[in-house]
Amino acid sequence: MDQLKQELKEALIKSLNLEDVTAADIVDEEPLFGDGLGLDSIDALEIILILERSYGIRLAKPEEAKEIFFSINTLADYISKNRKK
Amino acid sequence: MNKYPVYIQAAASIHPENPLENNAFSAKEPDYKEWIKDAGLRRRMSRIVKMGVTAGLQCLHLQNTKVDAIITATGLGCLSDTEKFLKSISEQNEELLSPTPFIQSTFNTIGGQIALLTGNKSYNMTYVHRAFSFETALLDAMLMLQAGDAENVLVGAVDELTPTVFGILERMGTFRKFFAGEGSSFFLLSRNKTDNTIAEIIDIDIFSGSFSEQEILAKQTDFLKNSKAENADVFSDKIYKQNCGEFHTASAFGLYYACKQSDKNEKILVTNSFLNNHTSILIDKF
Repeated sequence: MDQLKQELKEALIKSLNLEDVTAADIVDEEPLFGDGLGLDSIDALEIILILERSYGIRLAKPEEAKEIFFSINTLADYISKNRKK
Repeated sequence: MNKYPVYIQAAASIHPENPLENNAFSAKEPDYKEWIKDAGLRRRMSRIVKMGVTAGLQCLHLQNTKVDAIITATGLGCLSDTEKFLKSISEQNEELLSPTPFIQSTFNTIGGQIALLTGNKSYNMTYVHRAFSFETALLDAMLMLQAGDAENVLVGAVDELTPTVFGILERMGTFRKFFAGEGSSFFLLSRNKTDNTIAEIIDIDIFSGSFSEQEILAKQTDFLKNSKAENADVFSDKIYKQNCGEFHTASAFGLYYACKQSDKNEKILVTNSFLNNHTSILIDKF
């Protein structure tokens, strides 16, 4: 799980072009959107692409996205249970 | 009949300052964090967007004036984002495309971002006419000011050089006369003259076609004669492209160069030839 979280953080930094942010700066349980990392709706689209491209996951219920995308912990948990690759 | 003259109140430019590298000039970029403070906004901007937005903001900062229009020009637009987007279409088999390069690849991104960052909701236009882009934008700004439709207008041009475009244009022979270049130059134009006024823009001439050097010179001489400026100093592209290199909106740097290099009160003709496209901008430098 720790390896998956590290992988996710690195993917976020690369895809979202997060300036001056390292994987160590992203706290597992902190919110990714709003107050935490400060991501927005366009970033949510980029995360959806990471899920599909890297893990073969297509979000079946978009209304669950808010919960799944809350933090690195929730995202990693969802990926580990639903990944197809 | 023009109701008002057109003055250059401020000029800012991000242009090559470093020696030539691999047959191309690269713009010396400032620390963008100083100008685009929102990290969320900055991280989505490609190099050309940051270069254009920063030069525009620097120009506005010099005079701290509210503008009635933001008019930008670019020959080829946001190339690196376009290349990224096209590459992903090819590699991803037209599926699962990242939205950011597409959003930022449009030509009017720079003018739009300047407007967003300064809270400006006025006229916002981008001209993409290859080697005539800057002059067309300038003409639009001049018409607005001369007709009294605007008091202050921000006008500027930006083009970036990417390895892909360098390769294509070099094969087409675009860089036979000058090395490749890039840059962003912006001007704050006003119908009011102040102590800070740099110059007055008198007229612009645009023509295209396959002409000899003598024919081009004859056309420029006629233009000067019609403007009663036969004794104008000529800043040809042979002078300023030694500094900025060749690109579609190099004449914007030419105008900036004339404003900064000349310390005399004189009329200056800034000329540009990009392949078969020729332009002249006549200014009265104060």
